[in-house]
Amino acid sequence: MNVIQKCAGPLAVLAGLAMTTVASAADTIKVGILHSLSGTMAISETTLKDTVLMLIDEQNKKGGVLGKKLEAVVVDPASNWPLFAEKAAQLLEKDKVAVVFGCWTSVSRKSVLPVFEKDNGLLFYPVQYEGEESSKNVIYTGAAPNQQAIPAVDYLMKDVGVKRWVLAGTDYVYPRTTNKILEAYLKAKGVKSEDIMINYTPFGHSDWQSIVADIKKFGSAGKKTAVVSTINGDANVPFYKELANQKISAEDIPVVAFSVGEEELSGLDTKPLVGHLAAWNYFMSVKSPANDEWIKKWHAFTKNPKRTFNDPMEAHVIGFNLWVKAVQKAGTTDTEKVIAALPGLETPNLTGGTAKLLPNHHITKPVYIGEVRADGQFDVVWKTDKEVPGDAWSDFLPGSKDIEADWVTLKCGNYNTKTKTCSGTKYE
Amino acid sequence: MRLLIAIAILITSIMPARAADDAAFTAVLSKLPEASYAEKSDLIKQLVEIHRAGTKELLNAFLEGRLYVRDSDKKIFIVESSDDAFKLTDAVTNQTAGTVSQDGFSKIGVNNQLRRVLRAALAQFDLASPDRDARLAAVKEMQRSMDADTTAALRDRLAKELDSAIKKEIANAVALADLSSDDAKVRLQAVTTLHGSLNPDVYNRLQGLLEKSPEGEYVEPDEAVRTAAAAAITRIDRWRQIYSAIETLLFGLSLGSVLVLAGIGLAITFGVMGVINMAHGELMMLGAYTTYVMQLLMPHYIGASIIVAIPAAFLVSGLMGVLIERGIVRFLYGRPLETLLATFGVSLILQQLVRDVFSPNNRPVETPQWMAGSLQFNEALSITYIRLYIIIFTLAVFAVLLLTLKHTRLGLEVRAVSQNRNMAKAMGIRTEWVDALTFGLGSGIAGVAGVALSQLTNVGPNLGQSYIVDSFMVVVFGGVGNLWGTQIGGASLGIINKLLEPYSGAVLAKIFVLIFLILFIQRRPRGLFPQKGRAAEG
Repeated sequence: MNVIQKCAGPLAVLAGLAMTTVASAADTIKVGILHSLSGTMAISETTLKDTVLMLIDEQNKKGGVLGKKLEAVVVDPASNWPLFAEKAAQLLEKDKVAVVFGCWTSVSRKSVLPVFEKDNGLLFYPVQYEGEESSKNVIYTGAAPNQQAIPAVDYLMKDVGVKRWVLAGTDYVYPRTTNKILEAYLKAKGVKSEDIMINYTPFGHSDWQSIVADIKKFGSAGKKTAVVSTINGDANVPFYKELANQKISAEDIPVVAFSVGEEELSGLDTKPLVGHLAAWNYFMSVKSPANDEWIKKWHAFTKNPKRTFNDPMEAHVIGFNLWVKAVQKAGTTDTEKVIAALPGLETPNLTGGTAKLLPNHHITKPVYIGEVRADGQFDVVWKTDKEVPGDAWSDFLPGSKDIEADWVTLKCGNYNTKTKTCSGTKYE
Repeated sequence: MRLLIAIAILITSIMPARAADDAAFTAVLSKLPEASYAEKSDLIKQLVEIHRAGTKELLNAFLEGRLYVRDSDKKIFIVESSDDAFKLTDAVTNQTAGTVSQDGFSKIGVNNQLRRVLRAALAQFDLASPDRDARLAAVKEMQRSMDADTTAALRDRLAKELDSAIKKEIANAVALADLSSDDAKVRLQAVTTLHGSLNPDVYNRLQGLLEKSPEGEYVEPDEAVRTAAAAAITRIDRWRQIYSAIETLLFGLSLGSVLVLAGIGLAITFGVMGVINMAHGELMMLGAYTTYVMQLLMPHYIGASIIVAIPAAFLVSGLMGVLIERGIVRFLYGRPLETLLATFGVSLILQQLVRDVFSPNNRPVETPQWMAGSLQFNEALSITYIRLYIIIFTLAVFAVLLLTLKHTRLGLEVRAVSQNRNMAKAMGIRTEWVDALTFGLGSGIAGVAGVALSQLTNVGPNLGQSYIVDSFMVVVFGGVGNLWGTQIGGASLGIINKLLEPYSGAVLAKIFVLIFLILFIQRRPRGLFPQKGRAAEG
């Protein structure tokens, strides 16, 4: 008893202090940033953190949102997948952030998914991914397979006249799922199995000589051949080096990559890569007033005129603008109301056209095919006429073609149109 | 001189046509910026037909992506960019037009198909070049995109060409075109010409002759041609199999050399001294970073920088090795578990060190010109220079190391200490010094291996980790304390891996090799070449 009485005074003071901090915190809206700043993924993710910081800075200059300033809460999940879930819980439960921008790899997204659903948070995920998912609490601003892989294959088939296909990937979930979809798609288009070669290699593979020699042999059967590469991370460097050394030029066997962008090329000697392709929804080199202005601002913000800007970063710009609009429309940062306000909102892309948020929590995106230039940038050689709506569940996989995601009318991320049931939170 | 006169005559003869050509040239050129890629390909053909001075330069610039249009007046320029500025050359008049800033210019886009068209077009210009290699390259280039025009051009050239190698190349190309001739005799003659060629196009075309149409009739109506084609295919198939076997062997040897390089330093520190050095991989990483630093120091001499990097990397990693030995390992002799933990700690420290000094991102190490490309034995067999050099380099390192251990005083002392420390001491050998130098030697060799690895893989903080398992694997398989074991063990593991790869894929092949190794160690715990004698027991 005594103890409590003795402590009562200081406690009251402490409580008072706590009250004031709560009061000052209430004047800002907290925005969580969940990107790895150390470990293997830091190369790609650090720059996304900077993008969100810049967006918050810009928005605050315009007076913030709903009359309140935005405040960034940056955490570092250190490329450690379980730590992503821990840090997500910390952001949602302790810091009480209104929204989180984060994750890169699919495995990190899968790791935080249960946390966001339990705490009813809101996550903007900016990276191209394998699809087969739609959560109420996640907005997918990166490309689904039908916004990157399928258009790229269409381009090769129609414009380049490719008849034989090598699907090469790193051995993990994104390449395996994407290649499964592509294989089904190619076969539906009448490509025979003997004209498809599938190859998986471990992370960081460096001894490419026999695989590249196989590709060369496979490509010398008299039909135009292309490599569709879902090879991820730094294994790309020795892969392209070996291609150049074995004298396979982009004119003979072009390689179209889904995971190689401006940021990945910035640490690489790109001269032997000229002419190889990449499919993205944004290229830094696309000329448009909005893009030119944005890159100027980005260089000023980072104080580095050489800093690259890439596809997932643009996805964050779109996601951030959509969120601001949704909050303004809902008049509150309450997750439930913001999620309800989001579908149907539109915001301009940096490269022209508009991104519209669909009921399945994916967005419409233009698709570009670019050829690598000697300076590490891309020249756009092909683009879709209009934006492609993202499809959460691929139409080319037997299991997922009857599944539909609709968070407006059906209120379900995986509604089976045949059995007319919603299987709840199970995504596989 | 005669050539000059010929050119002079040529120029005067086309003088009157020149004004008309210029107009046509400008007209075609002005369509380029707005054209689609398919239209551009036609425009290029038209430009080639007009064939005036400067066409070659124009096409070359187009191929290299140096053709720009000025947005204000739609004038087309060949540019040379230098720090944010363009040096302009007027595409029509070929006159220089000053240096201006890059704003207000748009590049005339070029894609892969166009590049091919351009290369074929440019090859036609080179076909009559006085330089033999240029002619050969031109013929090879034209072979890749054969149509009526190129075939006609090659037929023309065949009559004039004097060089026998080029003549043969052209004859093959023309024969390939002749396969679709209406005359059965011409076709038969073509098949005979192509009999010994390993060119995949030839194979595909011959194979095509033997196929049956959906109605059950042969594509090739003539029986004699079919028989000849079948014979040619059997022959090509046999040669292809032989070459493919040689190729697998070469791939295996080259992977094996990388394994040996990674393991050979460890064969000294672990094999001879018995120190389980977990920081071995990081010593290789230091060697790779030394290469990178050397390239930064001498950016204009990339080729030489690699050579300089070899002794530099030996010194850097060797000194680091001596430091590790003097600072940590020497207190832990005879306590393998503690050594393992301590050196593992060292490896983490070294990784973090390069992260802080060089950034966590991979560093780009350029491949010198003389290491790029591949040595082409024939159409079916080639080996990349980089792999070839690494095989040679590994053998050189191995030989030097072997000689050092067998024929120098240091080598003698190293062997003495590793066999019987106390006896060596009694003979007046300063064992502590020998320990430090041996460890330094092994570490220095690891650094040298790092120079080679910088050409094959990514130079980053994780480089060491990806090779540490491989290097222990080689040393254990080959037999601890035996350099020959390391050499032969590494080479055979490489070949086994490459033999398995076509059947099981890269992921499984690696796993199979590890399983094989585990089983092998069960049967022969001391590796391929166990050390014999009393010393081995100690």
